[in-house]
Amino acid sequence: MINFSVNGKRVDLDVDPSTPLLWVIREQLGLTGTKYGCGMAQCGACTVHINGEAVRSCVAPVSRASGKSVTTIEGLSSDLSNPLQRAWREEDVPQCGYCQSGQLMSAAVLLRKNPKPTDDDIDDAMTGNICRCGTYPRIRRAIHRAAEMVAKGDAR
Amino acid sequence: MIRRNVNLGLERRDFLRISVAASGGLLIGLHFPGLQAIASAESVSKQPANFMPNAFVRIGSDDRVTVIVNHSEMGQGVYTSLPMLLAEELDADWEKVGFEPAPVDPKYNHPAFGIQMTGGSSSVWSGLEQFRQAGAAARAMLVTAAAQQWKVDTTACRTESGAVLNGSNRKLTYGQLVGIAATLTPPEHVQLKDPKTFKLIGKPIKRLDTPEKLNGGAVFGIDVKLPGLLTAVIARPPIFGAKMKSFDDSRARSMPGVKKIVAVPAGVAVIAESFWQAKMARNALKVEWDEGSMQNFSTAEMMHQFREQVKSPGTSVRKDGDAASALSGAAKKIEAVYEVPYLSHLMMEPLNCTVDLRADSCEVWTGSQFQTIDRANAAKVAGLPPEKVQLHTTFLGGGFGRRANPQSDFVVEAVHVAKAAGAPVKVIWTREDDMAGGWYRPAFLHAIEGGVDASGNALGWRSRLVGQSIMAGTLFAAMMMKGKEYDPASVEGVDDLPYEIPNITVESHQAEINVPVQWLRSVGHSHTAFAVECFVDELAGLAQKDPYQFRRALLQRHPRHLAVLDLAAEKAGWGKPLPNGLGRGIAVHFAFESYSAHVVEVSVENGQVRVHRMVCAIDCGQYVNPGIIAAQTEGGAIFGASAALLQELTFDKGRLQQTNFHTFPVMRMNECPKIETYIVDNQEKSGGIGEPGVPCAAPAIANAVFAVTGKRIRKLPIRLSEAV
Repeated sequence: MINFSVNGKRVDLDVDPSTPLLWVIREQLGLTGTKYGCGMAQCGACTVHINGEAVRSCVAPVSRASGKSVTTIEGLSSDLSNPLQRAWREEDVPQCGYCQSGQLMSAAVLLRKNPKPTDDDIDDAMTGNICRCGTYPRIRRAIHRAAEMVAKGDAR
Repeated sequence: MIRRNVNLGLERRDFLRISVAASGGLLIGLHFPGLQAIASAESVSKQPANFMPNAFVRIGSDDRVTVIVNHSEMGQGVYTSLPMLLAEELDADWEKVGFEPAPVDPKYNHPAFGIQMTGGSSSVWSGLEQFRQAGAAARAMLVTAAAQQWKVDTTACRTESGAVLNGSNRKLTYGQLVGIAATLTPPEHVQLKDPKTFKLIGKPIKRLDTPEKLNGGAVFGIDVKLPGLLTAVIARPPIFGAKMKSFDDSRARSMPGVKKIVAVPAGVAVIAESFWQAKMARNALKVEWDEGSMQNFSTAEMMHQFREQVKSPGTSVRKDGDAASALSGAAKKIEAVYEVPYLSHLMMEPLNCTVDLRADSCEVWTGSQFQTIDRANAAKVAGLPPEKVQLHTTFLGGGFGRRANPQSDFVVEAVHVAKAAGAPVKVIWTREDDMAGGWYRPAFLHAIEGGVDASGNALGWRSRLVGQSIMAGTLFAAMMMKGKEYDPASVEGVDDLPYEIPNITVESHQAEINVPVQWLRSVGHSHTAFAVECFVDELAGLAQKDPYQFRRALLQRHPRHLAVLDLAAEKAGWGKPLPNGLGRGIAVHFAFESYSAHVVEVSVENGQVRVHRMVCAIDCGQYVNPGIIAAQTEGGAIFGASAALLQELTFDKGRLQQTNFHTFPVMRMNECPKIETYIVDNQEKSGGIGEPGVPCAAPAIANAVFAVTGKRIRKLPIRLSEAV
């Protein structure tokens, strides 16, 4: 048995502890917003938070989450009220959308640690997240926009 | 297999001519599939809570307007741009407009290509009249319904934001009218709006599919859930054409969660309760392969053969004047050989397909670009008539052409697996499976010879290409090749070389290699633009002229080429000094009925090319959503830059040498340049937008590398060690 919390809810699972967290989240817990892209921490589509830190869930064994708090895209805010989701919407960032859960989860950690990131900070934090559609310029603008929202205090 | 309709024999240019003729007047007959027939029948038989005047729109008594979209959403924005067209003519309240993927039905066939599909950068131009007419027809019926209710003439009614109005105080919302409207007969002719009155078309309306892509709600093929769903991975041949000889599953079959291990035409399927269990069991499986005829295949050897083949004349594609004599008499001439590798589409969502096969029905869920063909191929394997197969189109986590497979490879194999599974099953390709699975952009070699006279005027051009045909052997060969001895998709972008050069020869050699190849975003243009636009720079160098001015002089009779070229050059500040170490490159190209030009700025540091800025000008004629156009142009530029700088598939001993993103990279955030997009405003026919942003990127970057280093790039991906 492995216990941890996902988006604030406690889960107890009977699962092989070496199974990557990604597949536990997607298949056992049915939270399919977290995506499979590479299986080797190359693309970032599977990014979730464990105790607030960005983790590539495709290579993290579920045992790593034991006793910890996991946040997935579904837990960022389901009503799109997070400043990043709002900024993403205002910049109309997604194209196919497949990588965007991971992009948002990486950006969320960046903004928490660095509320006013420079372009270089964005490069450092976001370079692990691939977008094949090429939404990078809009992601960059959206992160700056979200940072402004937070700074102005209009983040709900 | 393909249900023929009157349009199937048409080439897209024929179609464009017809559609222009048809749109010459404002009164339009409802001549598209899906706009006739079903109207009254369905609307009467359904409960009056819904009004479905044609196949493309359903209006609920709750005022919701659902637009049924017959093209797949793979990022290019069709779930927004096509509803915009319909909503515009309907005078819908945009806040109440939603979308729904169309089921598979001839009503939803592509008006130009005769099957239900998404590709060729054609969704908007082919849906332009269709979706506007569908909206206008619905609006006319709602107006009639209101007029009947009020006992006034329809001419006394007007529409606005989802309601019919009469005088200053009478108003019925569309939702209030669905009951009456559903009893009416659809009009035979409808009046389309004067474009000057457009409220939605031409505006950067935000995409309808964005919200669900920000909270994990959007369902891609890989996300499909069904009760009792099993997951399968397939042990696939390591070499194209290899056949399974035997397999040993003694360890794998007893591993946790494993349900069945079974030979299927694609390899050996491992069916388990979950993906990870299936993948672990596949790792434990031992398969012996008969490696077949490709076991010694190497791309290095193949390119060597291409270099030999290109020395002899190929099949004539174009012959203006006498290039051979012109070149022999030229004051100065130059020859360059350009090479591009196989490329993987590398959609972020690896291929997958879910199948629920029953005795007399089959349901398929997948991100398809080829619904008609996928359904027919699935039906064949299932042993059912196509009508018994329901194909549900999910969101596509990228497509770029890969999910339009002439053999429906990823669908067919899933039906085979479902037959063995005896339960609903989802086949998931690992990234490595996806990359090694073939259907690549073919590798090409393109030799060009050109010459100028003593004053630097271009006299002659000879292009000779060697590469595999995409169309040969597919259902499309007859339609696209039309008896030609070459594949137009191999030479598109050079067969219509726009430069005013008196003597032009284009020849094509078709290479026969057992590597499956397919259309990849911008298809032939993805390589011809690289060779052509780099060579134009080489000719400009020979003529000692500025590359931008050299192009201008040769494009005087091509105003739309000139307009994008001038726009990109002006916005980029062509000719103005740049900081030390930076150089500029330029390229212009026509593809998918649209014109594109790029000016890029690069630097070279420690042998690495860095792109700093890309200025893109795009002319796609009359446009629908400039926000989406900018997104596609930016994305296309990045897609092209990734190929130019980073991507190459190579084979040795028949085996693909790249496996995942670390060996077949994609441009990342820290490598991404600043990109500016400028859209030409004109009233020309609508062209495509999904692909035209790609072709200029590679040549503009390569030309900029020359500006910095003085070395010519003739091979992709760009490696300075291979520069000339």
